[in-house]
Amino acid sequence: MDKKEAAKKLIEMFGSLNAIGVIHSIVVELSKYAIILLFAVYTWHCFTVFFGKNAERKEAVYHRQNKIMYAIHFICSLVLYLNSLDGKVVLLYLAQFAFLFFVNKAYLYVYQNASKLVLNNMLMLLMIGFVMLGRINQAYAIRQLVFAVAICLVGLFIPLLIEKFHYFDRFGKVYAVLGIFMLALVFVIGKSIYGAKNWIVIGSFAMQPSEFVKIIYVFFISAMLAKSAEFRNVVITGAIAGIHVLILVGERDLGAALIYYFTFLAVLYVASRQPLYLGAGFGAGAIAAVIAWKFFSHVQRRVTAWSDPWGTLDDEGFQVTQSLFAIGTGGWFGMGLGEGLPGKIPIAESDFIFSAISEELGAFFAICLVLVEVSCFILFINIALKMTRRFYKLTALGLAIEYIFQVFLTIGGVTKFIPSTGVTLPLVSYGGSSVISTVILFCIIQGMYVLNCQEEENIEREAAR
Amino acid sequence: MKERQQGNRQIMILTYSISFVFLCMAGYLAYFMAVQSQKVINNPYNKRQEVLAKKVQKGKIVSADGKVLAKTETDKEGNDTRVYPYHDMFCHIVGREKNSMTGIEGQQCYPLLTSHANPLKQLGNTLRGQKSPGDTVVTTLDYNLQKAAYNALGGQKGAVVALEPKTGKILAMVSKPAYDPNHVTENWEALTKDSNEDSALLNRATQGLYPPGSTFKVLTAIEYIQENPNSYQKFHYDCKGSDSFSGNVINCYGKTVHGSLDLQSAFAKSCNGAFAKIGTTLDISDFRKLTEKFMFNKEISVDFEYNKSRFSLTKDSDIGELTQTVMGQGKTMITPLENAMIAATVANQGKMMIPYAVDHVENDVGQVVTQYEPKEKGQIIEKSVAKKVKRMMQAVVTEGTARSLQSLSFSIAGKTGSAEFDSEGTSHAWFIGFAPADNPEIAVSIVVEGAGTGSEYAIPIAKRLFEEYLG
Repeated sequence: MDKKEAAKKLIEMFGSLNAIGVIHSIVVELSKYAIILLFAVYTWHCFTVFFGKNAERKEAVYHRQNKIMYAIHFICSLVLYLNSLDGKVVLLYLAQFAFLFFVNKAYLYVYQNASKLVLNNMLMLLMIGFVMLGRINQAYAIRQLVFAVAICLVGLFIPLLIEKFHYFDRFGKVYAVLGIFMLALVFVIGKSIYGAKNWIVIGSFAMQPSEFVKIIYVFFISAMLAKSAEFRNVVITGAIAGIHVLILVGERDLGAALIYYFTFLAVLYVASRQPLYLGAGFGAGAIAAVIAWKFFSHVQRRVTAWSDPWGTLDDEGFQVTQSLFAIGTGGWFGMGLGEGLPGKIPIAESDFIFSAISEELGAFFAICLVLVEVSCFILFINIALKMTRRFYKLTALGLAIEYIFQVFLTIGGVTKFIPSTGVTLPLVSYGGSSVISTVILFCIIQGMYVLNCQEEENIEREAAR
Repeated sequence: MKERQQGNRQIMILTYSISFVFLCMAGYLAYFMAVQSQKVINNPYNKRQEVLAKKVQKGKIVSADGKVLAKTETDKEGNDTRVYPYHDMFCHIVGREKNSMTGIEGQQCYPLLTSHANPLKQLGNTLRGQKSPGDTVVTTLDYNLQKAAYNALGGQKGAVVALEPKTGKILAMVSKPAYDPNHVTENWEALTKDSNEDSALLNRATQGLYPPGSTFKVLTAIEYIQENPNSYQKFHYDCKGSDSFSGNVINCYGKTVHGSLDLQSAFAKSCNGAFAKIGTTLDISDFRKLTEKFMFNKEISVDFEYNKSRFSLTKDSDIGELTQTVMGQGKTMITPLENAMIAATVANQGKMMIPYAVDHVENDVGQVVTQYEPKEKGQIIEKSVAKKVKRMMQAVVTEGTARSLQSLSFSIAGKTGSAEFDSEGTSHAWFIGFAPADNPEIAVSIVVEGAGTGSEYAIPIAKRLFEEYLG
């Protein structure tokens, strides 16, 4: 049912034109400000919860964050329902709520000692994705929920897995072979979607190997560099990492190639503590970028779209200008859920979901979203700092860098801060591969932290004897 | 313990750098929202007007003296219609909403669809399901002057531009033939038909490219004075009605014999031979620089449709092109707006102002939301040079081709032109000028297509404009 029909039905139900006007506009108009306010409080807590040592107070803050999440979810779903009067919206809301509630409880049980803030953020981001996808296309929201349920169930076993396989760091080159094989598979049975040949389609299920490989890729570089950061080993690791990157460039998946490249540099820098590597890496990256820009038309198109979108409105600049129209027209407070035109934004459900969110929920909300993503990153880094084993430390760091760099590429791209590279916004964008790999990423970092704490306790107990 | 912390310093460095980048990005986004977004979203490719129009009653466009030039009316069934009370009189500068927006309608589309009414009132409106009043765009246009220009041009094809020299405010802008924006959708097919030679949709004032004819002698004279600051008064030429430069014959209009001339009288009588002679002495690359300072071949930062005026003389051009160009023929092409800017710059003591048509945007109770300030392009020519040229332009009225303007009660400076545009000698009539000469309040540029001489066809229009605005 579209909005006009919904309005008609409401008129029938309430008998007068005023009733519909009052109900609908009160909810839509006030919800805009309520959602922004709630999300702002949530974001504020993300950064202030660390001040003060009182554990009880912290617990209370985490609880409040949960309540805020449920409140935003409820308000948004109510608006979506009033816009459509579609019973499925209610069912979907209940299913999503059950999912969020269950994961929240179950993870607290499985991941004892893990960061509750990371869990809260993960659920918050998933929830924002659910709401926005439900607004853009309900079918996407349903599929997204299915993927999320499946992978969060799997996630319950990840700490167990990590515990059982103490020697994850022994398979450095095995990870590399596996990763390169999966990436290269795309050349054989791959399919192009949105100009990048990085999809494998099996039946009705399309998956992006680069999303999964990016996790074992971090295992690979961390395992290799944790062993030794001597020059010979660095060169070998660098060469193998380079193969990954080149395959991705060959698939025209520029976003993933960049993420892989910078993750390697960051891990190498921390493992070797040698700023020269970082400098050389940036230098080589800059030269490679110039060469790519000179010789590849698809790279040139991206650069043109960034440098001169207004001169190429119909062509290269189409995506980014539509995105800027959406963000700009939405303004600070947004048009209200269901009041904007995300249908005019290309790929609004995935790469450009940030623009759709900004248009309807407002730039304040969008900026808070950026801050929540940054808060996740800082928490990851916090965990990496506390890790005892080198392999864990490097892995946590590598995954954190992958995560935040992807956020940077997507938000920077849709706001014209940097040229757009076509990557998803983790946990928010529609896409099975993306959601699955990001949840795994969150679970691994949390799981490793849990394990790290256990090991430390064991060591202390040993020492006490 | 030591090993455990190895690399932590590096991790912190990375974290701080990345957090800094994100801070920049959040700052950029805030900057985009606060500063750039208004201009960005006001783009015909942004299809969100209908969405805004559901919540806001599109605002009015009014003249500087308060006449409503465009407004939105809602009928009983709630359908909105954009109404233009003066039909085709303001059609080009105010523009249209339907069939791809133009003019001020296009330029101010989003401000018109934004309401800065009292927020509580707006909330109340929203809750009652009513629209809030959109902001009003107050233009710089003078209704009476526009009407005078519109009537004076009558049924002739051409354009009139009137500027306020000190600010660059557009006081009037008329292009004929015109069309009625109220009925543009119904008439669209006829208006855009290939066989339609009227091109009524074209804003001749800003998009029409004409040979400048003798009005261009203003620039030639400026260049000559700049190159010969001490000796320009010693210039002398003996006009025999026709002259030859390296085999290129130059005739004066109607082969009139002007006799013995200095620079001022050659300018006043618009002697082609004298100016061709001047041309042969000029430093061409310097001259080109001067024209480009006057925005030939350059983008003007105005918010409406326009074409760049063209000047194509280079050091390598032959003497034939050179002598034609300096007297305003040749390949030079100029818009009436550009010519008005030249007149206004001389009037404003050599300082060029960027023309603009919107003075401010105000909310439903008249509080100013956005004020547009005059923008300077810079001191294009020195004050002393502007003064000398002004004196020569006054001589055009006192002793030259524009003597019929002498009857007005204030002093006028100007230049006529007759721009030939085909081999049969048919010409566009031009006049550019300003008044009062001592303290200019208005600068005008008038072109009448295919009419004849400027003194015969353009000056009467100028006279009515000056009378209306200053009389």
